Amino acid sequence: MNPHDHSCPTCSGHAHPFIPEPNFRPFPGTGTPVIELEGVSFAYDEREVLSNVDLTVASGDFMAVIGPNGGGKTTLIKLILGLLAPRRGTVRVLGVDPLSVRPAVGYVPQHAHVQPSFPVTVHEVVLLGLRRTGGLLSRWPGYRGQDKDKAMEALRMVDMAELATRRFDALSGGQKQRVLVARALVSDPALLLFDEPTSNIDPQGKLCLFDLLSHLSASITIVMVSHDLISASTRISSVAVVNRTLIQSKGRELTPAMLELIYGSHDATCPLDEYIKGVSSIFGQTGPRSHP
Amino acid sequence: MNAVLGMEFMQNALIAGLLASLACGVIGSLVVVNRQVFMAGGVAHTAYGGVGLAFFLGLPVLPCAVGFTVLAALIMGLASFGRSERSDGIIGIMWAAGMAFGIILMDLTPGYNVDLMSYLFGSLLAVPRSDIWFMLLLDVILLGVILFWYKDFLSLSFDMEFARSTGVPVRLLYVLMQVMTAVTVVMVIQIAGLILVIALLTIPPMLAELFTDSLWKTMALASLSSLFFCLCGLAISYHLDLTSGASIIAVATTGYVLAWAFKSLRRLA
Repeated sequence: MNPHDHSCPTCSGHAHPFIPEPNFRPFPGTGTPVIELEGVSFAYDEREVLSNVDLTVASGDFMAVIGPNGGGKTTLIKLILGLLAPRRGTVRVLGVDPLSVRPAVGYVPQHAHVQPSFPVTVHEVVLLGLRRTGGLLSRWPGYRGQDKDKAMEALRMVDMAELATRRFDALSGGQKQRVLVARALVSDPALLLFDEPTSNIDPQGKLCLFDLLSHLSASITIVMVSHDLISASTRISSVAVVNRTLIQSKGRELTPAMLELIYGSHDATCPLDEYIKGVSSIFGQTGPRSHP
Repeated sequence: MNAVLGMEFMQNALIAGLLASLACGVIGSLVVVNRQVFMAGGVAHTAYGGVGLAFFLGLPVLPCAVGFTVLAALIMGLASFGRSERSDGIIGIMWAAGMAFGIILMDLTPGYNVDLMSYLFGSLLAVPRSDIWFMLLLDVILLGVILFWYKDFLSLSFDMEFARSTGVPVRLLYVLMQVMTAVTVVMVIQIAGLILVIALLTIPPMLAELFTDSLWKTMALASLSSLFFCLCGLAISYHLDLTSGASIIAVATTGYVLAWAFKSLRRLA
């Protein structure tokens, strides 16, 4: 028996390897670029949120995007999705404009965006992720048998198939998030984008979710906005820090410049300095830039 | 009984109740799951401006009120989309301004002697045959729109952010939803009046939501329960000589409380 297999109440009650097994990959994906941002700037009215940002995410990468609130993380995700257009610079996903590759991009928005009480089953939530092929027949409110099968397959991938007929609002926070992952997976995406996937989830649920993402990252490129640095640290293969500008690491190491972009600079007597040292020790050997 | 059903005004009332129930169940379900009840209340009260305009210009009330209310809903929808923090203020302004506009036009209408109460509290028994045909036309349009965009409405109602990312025309459908609410509100004003219309738009879907696990089932059960409430309310109103709109709402409220209690007890058992 695998010593890491435990019954996880946050998932569907099955034996599930929720204890983090480090999936550490010392180098980011080395395949062809999936996301390319060159000199991208964006502003809401006159307030500039991103300034001259460059980013390259290679095929097979599992990237965490971190940074302070209001630093432009969600804006970055929306630019990659094509929901926002940059004021300057170019955004390419799979080598083309983001709007032309929508079916190839799965998106899991913040949990808070989903209506909390809604008459819909788990199975139908996943069906909402299927892109229509066009034509009048696809307008019919019902779903084709092959689409239903595909949704069930996506639910099996996230270990939620047994709860397919249950109402979505009857699930726990962790279970809901897994269903939303299945909704993003059902269209067979080449790229998965997550915006704060662990907000509103208890610690055990977070471990389950990161474990799932770790498994998915073997076949799909993943970019994840997250505040939960510590839970994510063992799974990701690269990091990008966003705070109006962007610094991308070559691996999962947080450089002094990245730490300064997140927390600013602190002298050695500041209580935050200890915390920063803790974070940097998890992500890499380099410490923060302290001023004695 | 046969004698009562043989009367033309009673037949009109039954058909009007059926047509309004269909619209209430379908559009009311969208209103409830999207938490747009306050918006629907604003649209309902703005409709009074359309009623006032119809009397002032001597035009048929229902088409004029529909046109005016749809225009108001378009403004509300476009102004509030993506600005949830300001939408209640915008709705509040339109709510009061529409009512004030209608009252002023009523004041200015020469020889005005219309029963204002019938528009505030409804009069199902006074719906003319000409309005029935207009209501039927509106129902067909509403159902056609919902059938065509059902999956998109479902997606945006559940998670607007995700719907936008998959290419659903979220802004268009959001405004269209306000327009359909406006049409339904004017239709139901005939039955329940603009003050009570909000109850008929929300109570049946809220009841249906307790027992269903999909949006289309909620719409169907809400339409059926709305029809049931209309028929019961109409019967009570006829036998006890009460206002029909208020009777329908009283029955609907009682029905919802009983359903909620039944559901709660079943959960405890």
